[in-house]
Amino acid sequence: MSLAYLLQQLLNGLSLGGAYALIAIGYTMVYGILRMINFAHGDVFMMAGYFMIYSMAVFPWYVSLPVVIAGTIVLGVVIEKLAYKPLRSAPRMSVMISAIGVAYLLENLANYLFTAMPQSYPQIDILKHVYTLGDITVSRVTLVAPVLTVILTVLMIQLVNHTKMGMAMRACSKDQNTARIMGIKVDSVITKTFIIGCGLAAIGSILYFTDRNTVQPYSGSLPGLKCFVAAVLGGIGSIPGAMVGGFIVGVCQIAITAAGYSVFSDAFTFVLLIIILLVRPTGIFGEKATDKV
Amino acid sequence: MKKKVLSIVLTAAMMANVLAGCSTSPTGSSGSDSGAAGTDSAAEGSTIKIGVFEPKTGENGSGGTQEELGIEYANSVRPTVTVGGTEYTIELDWQDNQSDKTVAATAAQKLISDGCVGVIGGYGSGTCIAAGSYFADAKIPAIGTTCTNTNVTLGNDYYFRVCYLDPFQGTVMADWAIDQGYTEIATIDNIGNEYTSGLVQTFTAEYEAKGGKIVAAETFQTNESDFKAILTNIKASGVKAVFAPTDYLYAPLLLNQAADLGLDVQWIAGDTWNNPVITEDAGDNAEGVVIDCFYAEGGNEEFDAGFKEWINADSSRLEANLNSDTIIGNQAMCYDAYMVMLDAIEAADSLEGEAIQAALKDINVTEGVVGGAVKFDENGDAEKNTTFILKVEGGEFTYVDSVTHEE
Repeated sequence: MSLAYLLQQLLNGLSLGGAYALIAIGYTMVYGILRMINFAHGDVFMMAGYFMIYSMAVFPWYVSLPVVIAGTIVLGVVIEKLAYKPLRSAPRMSVMISAIGVAYLLENLANYLFTAMPQSYPQIDILKHVYTLGDITVSRVTLVAPVLTVILTVLMIQLVNHTKMGMAMRACSKDQNTARIMGIKVDSVITKTFIIGCGLAAIGSILYFTDRNTVQPYSGSLPGLKCFVAAVLGGIGSIPGAMVGGFIVGVCQIAITAAGYSVFSDAFTFVLLIIILLVRPTGIFGEKATDKV
Repeated sequence: MKKKVLSIVLTAAMMANVLAGCSTSPTGSSGSDSGAAGTDSAAEGSTIKIGVFEPKTGENGSGGTQEELGIEYANSVRPTVTVGGTEYTIELDWQDNQSDKTVAATAAQKLISDGCVGVIGGYGSGTCIAAGSYFADAKIPAIGTTCTNTNVTLGNDYYFRVCYLDPFQGTVMADWAIDQGYTEIATIDNIGNEYTSGLVQTFTAEYEAKGGKIVAAETFQTNESDFKAILTNIKASGVKAVFAPTDYLYAPLLLNQAADLGLDVQWIAGDTWNNPVITEDAGDNAEGVVIDCFYAEGGNEEFDAGFKEWINADSSRLEANLNSDTIIGNQAMCYDAYMVMLDAIEAADSLEGEAIQAALKDINVTEGVVGGAVKFDENGDAEKNTTFILKVEGGEFTYVDSVTHEE
């Protein structure tokens, strides 16, 4: 087992982990504010993949990137307004079930609109540039993914901790009713949360699919669940936790597959979820729960 | 009990039809729905019916429609059959099984009540299995075209099939890989996928028996989209060829990710990769991929030319063949199934199901078929020993060779 081999596998793991981390942040932020798990998030990520295919057919890549991010944000906000907002005062379980419904709706919609045939993801030349260093061959996106993830996470932490909007978010997360009494527009904070979460999912989708080349209607369901596990692992509600969780899940998955146990690679992720919930339900970075959940 | 009564009645009806067919009937009305009347007209015009059991609609609709062209062409080449000194014109009885197991039963019963002498079809194993017992109960021999599941013919004395079964492909591709000088190879198996696992298993057995070495046996789970880990393993193992008989969905992922990792190997796969999605999505990375299939253009020039001319002669045929005159392996199988059915009827010299079935059991067709000789084993599966090798060249699947497996 050469060093080059280990390094290559590590890069594979980090680039996968980076994409997972960006999606996990979306789960974690929505959970932090609404105390609900947005099961449709993985499918929003899948839809972002299709948006890229269709916008690249019309625009050059530098126009497509903002178009895809904007499109994904619109989709996420529309879902929030239609499927979650009317249930604001309903029990949390109802919103969760609504989210599962939206997930299936998106999958079947994609099946109907784009057919079940996998579609080729457009190649963005600047991301696809391949570097060869001795025995290691990596495309630029593999290197960009983890770096960009760390940068975006740091930005998110700054946003939450050091801006007025972030303060409002934290207030809503602590207690929505009190925040409302204090004059915070809770609905607008929630919308902003979805905007950020979906924007990150769109970026994650570009990194993920550029490396994996094809999109199909169920591309989002399993990665979505894994990212959810990553968010729980890191401590749901915690942004740095989601990032660390994403990297851990990504690297472990690659390590297990590389060791020849691909049968267990999916199972591992979910065993991890069970262990975390049993041993440390608040996750690695989780707040010490004085929570009312 | 009910079913038994039904089958006895149907068998009686069949026998009546056959007997009626021997006598000359004064009425000549055709196209009647009732079985007896149908055969009356058959006797009058000296026609017999052969059922076509294919999905025209539903998920396999496009494949079934393409297969029907193969049968229709075969019928245009050989429109008659001689039994007992009388020449009978063959009338094809088209029934759409809608790719649905419930409809398949209805379609099978319709074919039986129409008094078909034999049945050809179809695309997709599930519908064939659903219809199989009806054909067996009515003692009507059926010849499967491209239904590759073992259970179509297993335990059913009246269902035969002209195509090879899935695991055979693994054996033949192992022979090919050895012939090409690849003494070390990596395999990629999709856990939980019968097709892929079957091929990898038979490939490994044959390859090792011939002295080859499997250096890396990688696996992945259904719905996986990240193959970088296993591809990095394969790259580290230093092999020059990879056998990856996966569903076609995974093909572009494997090919593109391999290219990203700088893995330059000979890809070998099964018939599932014979799909335009691969050349479209993987583009240049698909160049050089080698697969096998039931039949490839170039295998029999006379058949190729005749079929193309026939397809191009009618725009509706061209449309049914997805606006292309490319011959797919399935159509050759349909052509062969039709020819074998007629040969069996002539060999039996009878229009009775039991006699034709007995003839099919002993038949050995070497002339007039395009996808290799047809001889059935005790399960009713063709003992095929030939497959056709295709290679992607310039974005097209091109015939390169045919490989025969010697025991």
